[in-house]
Amino acid sequence: MTRLLREVFSPALEFVRNFGAMVLFFVQLLRYTPWTFVRRFGLVVGQVYNAGALSIVIIMVCGLFVGGVLGLQAFANLERFNAEEATGILAAFALVKEIGPVITALLFAGRAGTALASEIGLMKATDQLSAMEMMAVNPMQRVLVPRFLGGVISVPLLTAVFTMVGLLGAHLVAVELLGVDVGAFWQQLQQAMDVEDVYEGIIKSIVFGVVASLLAVWEGYSAVPTAEGVGRATTRTVVATAIAVLILDFMITASLI
Amino acid sequence: MRQNLAVEIGTGLFVLLGIGALFFLTTQTTGRNDFAGTDTYTVQARFENVGSLKTRAPVAMSGVTIGRVTNIEFDGESLEAVVTLVIDRRFSQIPDDSDASILTAGLLGSQYIGLQAGGSELYLEEGSEILFTQSAIVLENLIGKFLVKSGSDE
Repeated sequence: MTRLLREVFSPALEFVRNFGAMVLFFVQLLRYTPWTFVRRFGLVVGQVYNAGALSIVIIMVCGLFVGGVLGLQAFANLERFNAEEATGILAAFALVKEIGPVITALLFAGRAGTALASEIGLMKATDQLSAMEMMAVNPMQRVLVPRFLGGVISVPLLTAVFTMVGLLGAHLVAVELLGVDVGAFWQQLQQAMDVEDVYEGIIKSIVFGVVASLLAVWEGYSAVPTAEGVGRATTRTVVATAIAVLILDFMITASLI
Repeated sequence: MRQNLAVEIGTGLFVLLGIGALFFLTTQTTGRNDFAGTDTYTVQARFENVGSLKTRAPVAMSGVTIGRVTNIEFDGESLEAVVTLVIDRRFSQIPDDSDASILTAGLLGSQYIGLQAGGSELYLEEGSEILFTQSAIVLENLIGKFLVKSGSDE
């Protein structure tokens, strides 16, 4: 009986312990954020380049095709009600409020989060982090916080680019390919959307940026310092980010409606 | 050094592109730009039924947007809806016996306020009230009336 209890409870306890450690780690990150931002801004810029600027191509290609497919689907279904002009509204709402922030966060986790986690994990496995501490250099300030901040800055910008390119994709498919009137497409879209809708997308992208970056840095930092452990940390980054982003997306939407 | 330069240029381009995209999203996809209206005057109108009129709905005259609905509230004493509109100061010569009606853009479009010019020599000004109003047409009521009427014909 006690064994059964232990077997049920120990994974749960392990999860709670892990979560608690992550929250403490997050507090540490936040504590060193101002110092790093002011004194080591160059490192942050370098990480914005790694996490953001190098992701721009994948973000734009995916955005174009996601927008295009939204345009196609919206058109195909709205055609039945003779409301093809509303294609723009549907595609824009979907992109700005949901698909833009969520897919960008998932792509970020796959493209940059895994790189962060494996880089930090490998640093730990090869004792580079310990070596830094030996030299009285705080790895938190030099390694972890710049990477975290790079992600936090990059994700909202990537989301904006994704959404803009997605709208362009929807425009290309609906207007150029399927013959929806340009004026109707954009005018209906502009009338239906409020600035609040755009703000909702921006809020989501900021939250997702923090979560995706935190999880990537944390998984790398807490990885078991072996080759296998680093590989597992990389996988866990993607899985944990996907789950966290999708749950948070629901919670934010529910709280804003 | 050379590589550093590439990183900085790449980051700069990326951040500028991102901020440009944010700017595009907030200004080009939202419906604020057709009536900026900085210099305006405020007018009130009472309606029996505002239907699904919303704040920020356009106020149009001859089909051209000249203002915006800023507030809709219910007057508990006269049991009417009080709609506050702002109209662009450029159009300060609207007769004070003009008629305001709540119209629908297209069959399923959103509702807006249409002004029909009257013949008075006095003009609407800050704080005045439009006396002649026509409520929103509620489609369900119309169908109800139609059914009752077609029933009584037999």
